[in-house]
Amino acid sequence: MNAKPHAIASIEQRLDSIQTVLEQHGMEPDKFIDTFHDLANEHWIPENGARLVARAWSDPEFKQRLLGDGTAAIQEMGLSMPPHHRHFVVLENTADIHNVICCTLCSCTAFTIIGLPPDWYKDLEYRARVVRESRTVLQEMGLDLPAHVQIRVWDTTADTRYMVLPQRPTGTENLNAEQLAALVNKDALIGVAHL
Amino acid sequence: MDGMHDLGGKEGFGPVRHSKNAAVFHADWEIRANALYSLAVKCGVYNMDEYRHAIERMEPRHYLSASYYERSLTALASLCVEKGLVTREQLEQLAHGSYPLALPSAPGRSNHPQRKTFLPGDLVRVRDEHVPGHMRMPGYLRGKCGVVISKSPLYPFPDAHGHGIHAEDEPTYDVRFEASHVWPNDAENAQIHAAIFESYLELNK
Repeated sequence: MNAKPHAIASIEQRLDSIQTVLEQHGMEPDKFIDTFHDLANEHWIPENGARLVARAWSDPEFKQRLLGDGTAAIQEMGLSMPPHHRHFVVLENTADIHNVICCTLCSCTAFTIIGLPPDWYKDLEYRARVVRESRTVLQEMGLDLPAHVQIRVWDTTADTRYMVLPQRPTGTENLNAEQLAALVNKDALIGVAHL
Repeated sequence: MDGMHDLGGKEGFGPVRHSKNAAVFHADWEIRANALYSLAVKCGVYNMDEYRHAIERMEPRHYLSASYYERSLTALASLCVEKGLVTREQLEQLAHGSYPLALPSAPGRSNHPQRKTFLPGDLVRVRDEHVPGHMRMPGYLRGKCGVVISKSPLYPFPDAHGHGIHAEDEPTYDVRFEASHVWPNDAENAQIHAAIFESYLELNK
């Protein structure tokens, strides 16, 4: 037999083969893939964070609890994080301070609360640039901040996870919690968009 | 390790490829890759630090050219081989082709022997250390000074946890840095917060 090197297997072939290995070790991957679809599409969604934001906007005492001890406050709302995320920190945007979240080393997020990270968040450009050129990056993404606003970039370098509490849009005084939550999206919870 | 993954502050990248309501997954295999690496964590094949380190150990050309979920898959497969669930040859036979994996790991380490507790307001410096194994100190903060804002609950120490070495759990500190100090003369004005493990810090006297 000659030792001719094989071409690299396709990504799907590589994935199928590892799925077979997990199957052989009794981990029931087919079953978990279905479960994971359900978690990703139905449970780990930005609507969770949106509910927290809407309540914080309309309930000052809850807002204080959320900013003081996010990990405890989300439990009041029936939300939780995976066991290895031990600390949930909420960052309040104001007229003078704008918070934005990133993970320069990989892709860490509070995914059970704000949803799994979008493609651009995991991409090389965002990870490399947002810590060093935050104002320009935000501007390129459509968020033009006034010069006086202090930008705070939060690099998720451990299992403390963050969510931005966006500013409440003006003209929303008469909206109920459900209507307020509907205004909030994943980009605002990461801090790359205003509402 | 000073790996290709450590991207914070690297220059030369173009605009973020951002779109409103951007997708998380772009193909069914991507969600399957995410499910399978999570399943392996759930089943105790490896922990998240080992998983992150396996991604970091990908050959740099492969790391940069692979999509996010190809990196996930490569880490999963590498750890299944390293943990003895399958051999590389068996994997390549199953996949009908060669199967690029992460490169071998350098040794890890336990907590820093001079580890100290800090208080909010303390001026601290990130130790000027180069660690060949896994760590969660982004290179752009190495040797840089900041101020402690708060302390977190205890976490497994990544430098040990990523290598199956015993260590005491440690808190991280929320430390605030000024971008203008991190990259003098070549950064936009901003405050950078990072969660820095206790072992990585020393008092800035």
